[in-house]
Amino acid sequence: MSNVPLLSVENLNVEFSTSDGVVHAVNDVSFSIQSGKTLGIVGESGSGKSVTASSILKLNTGITASTSGSILFNGKDILGADDKSIRAIRGSEIAMIFQDPLSALNPYYSIGNQIIEAYKVHHKKVKKTEARKIALEMLHRVGISNPEARIDEYPHQFSGGMRQRIVIATALINSPQLLIADEPTTALDVTVQAQILELMKDIQKENGMAIILITHDLGVVSETCDDVAVMYGGRIVEKASVQELFNTPTHPYSFGLLGAVRSLDNSARGELQTIAGSPPSLLNLPSGCSFLPRCNYADATRQQCVSSVPALQNVLPTSSSSACHLRAESLNVLKIKEPS
Amino acid sequence: MSAKVDTPLFYSPLSYLRIALTTFIARRLLFALVLLAAVSLFTYLLFALLPTDPAALTCGKNCKPELIEANRVRLGYDKPIYEQYVQFVKGIFAGRTYGTGDVAFTCPAPSLGYSFNQHECVSTLIGKTFPVTAFLSLGAFILWMLLGVGTGTLAALHRGKWQDRLTSVVTSIGVSLPTFYVGLLVLFSVVIWLQWLPFPHYASPTDNLHDFLTAMILPWITLAVLSAASYTRITRNGVLEAMNEDFVRFGVAKGLKNRTVIRKYVLRAALIPIVTIAGLDFAALLGGAIVTESVFSLPGMGRLAIRSVTDSDLPVLVGTTLVAAVFIVMANTIVDIIYGILDPRVRLK
Repeated sequence: MSNVPLLSVENLNVEFSTSDGVVHAVNDVSFSIQSGKTLGIVGESGSGKSVTASSILKLNTGITASTSGSILFNGKDILGADDKSIRAIRGSEIAMIFQDPLSALNPYYSIGNQIIEAYKVHHKKVKKTEARKIALEMLHRVGISNPEARIDEYPHQFSGGMRQRIVIATALINSPQLLIADEPTTALDVTVQAQILELMKDIQKENGMAIILITHDLGVVSETCDDVAVMYGGRIVEKASVQELFNTPTHPYSFGLLGAVRSLDNSARGELQTIAGSPPSLLNLPSGCSFLPRCNYADATRQQCVSSVPALQNVLPTSSSSACHLRAESLNVLKIKEPS
Repeated sequence: MSAKVDTPLFYSPLSYLRIALTTFIARRLLFALVLLAAVSLFTYLLFALLPTDPAALTCGKNCKPELIEANRVRLGYDKPIYEQYVQFVKGIFAGRTYGTGDVAFTCPAPSLGYSFNQHECVSTLIGKTFPVTAFLSLGAFILWMLLGVGTGTLAALHRGKWQDRLTSVVTSIGVSLPTFYVGLLVLFSVVIWLQWLPFPHYASPTDNLHDFLTAMILPWITLAVLSAASYTRITRNGVLEAMNEDFVRFGVAKGLKNRTVIRKYVLRAALIPIVTIAGLDFAALLGGAIVTESVFSLPGMGRLAIRSVTDSDLPVLVGTTLVAAVFIVMANTIVDIIYGILDPRVRLK
């Protein structure tokens, strides 16, 4: 397997100027993803995960957004790309699907119109009848039964799960190399969730695309992802493989998150843990570690935690990296000092 | 018929509710007819409700009671109101003759009554004045839609920049200024002070296009600029709201051009509420742009209606009210149908 990543994001910063001040939505975020892999980006609302994802397609436009850092996709510079070249990438090499399938489809056009449009915009010379055939195949592939009868229907005639399938069909019609899925299952009920995730994984197996899955659902992460980046306050605080994140979390926040998930382990202990406090305002982030006010483990390193932002570093013996001033021993510390 | 029908395996639970566009249109038209019947009835009740005796108005102040009674019978005002209404409706479809012998006066269908003040069929009066109002309304409407939707979209796309702020200031002024004030101001400055245009003297466009245009240009601009202000605001808000929709972001993420996204995704969503008010505003205008017609001395339906009120010319009052109501009902129906075409979700029933 080649080691050249399909997508690499380096030192990404995104700021929005608002009337209240500058919102530091994404701070110094770096990650990369290889073809055929799934990267989960996990975090609470407002942790910067969606903004990070939108940056990959340069969707954070408007006069108030300013982005710095670098995003390389297949060696192409995304942030420096002009409108025309970014449009050529959008929907053809990198596709994106959004949280709410109910509002992701244009209610005024038939679903066929929208899928064909997505295909034709990158295949201008293909005839409409040909594009329609491809759209029908794609609808069939994502599990819409009797697509010939349904292709001319409108989004409101489909259920939520069906609509997300149609959204996926639209996104994948040009066989993109990377799919960014921003909470694709959050608005769906659990059985439909599983079907949609299954579908995404199946298609990934067939065509080898990479997936960036943005979610706040650790259950979804454990089922679908290879690697995980945990975001907090606009930063990545932990990067790990899925196994390592769940077995040996290396950041106090990750540990807290896992404690808040119902699993076989947790239910044995009876109660779910919560992380006291609330996430930091991205308007004025603290000078040091933004998790400090909610951290139970900072006693020994408090001075450092207040004054400097911890950098992501590998935590031996795992292959995870963690942005925490507690170093090698942190693993053990987290295990011993379980909040009771 | 064979029982083996090709039924789809899966059908959305909503499918059976979906009706064809033609059924939808037919249903709207039927509803409009019922509404028109009701409107005509209520309008005709004006005769019964107003304290004016229509027969007494047929001759001057020193009229003999016998003459009043004779006229009452001649014009059918001696009959009960429901019979009068039936006569009235008959007249609309078949025409009507008032009186008998030498004094008989026939109004051909559609007869909306006979104005004894002006010795003219109401339909003739309306037929003379309506084109003026129609030209005025249509011109102003086209101008204000272009102006309103154009500046509204522009302001939304440049949100927070000078274009947006300028539109915001101008529309605030536009919304708060009354037509009669701006109309007089425009008339005074352009015609009397600057003398760029002669004093408006209306002529039909087929008779004298030059006179027609010089008489129309100022009322068009006045009406358009003032009405455009609220359309600018509605469009701006609609566009901004639509731009936050997920489907618009999804459209951008597909790789569509900005222009395509704005036309097919943003404006399509933003225009739907505009169609509604535009239809109603236009219909209201067709019923008579009373203030504008008065300020610019245009012989339109609005002035006809106003004069019928001041002269207690009941048949004309009923006729103009009915015609205005018909426009509103028609506009409502057309708006509904356009709605059904624009938004497939409306076709549910």
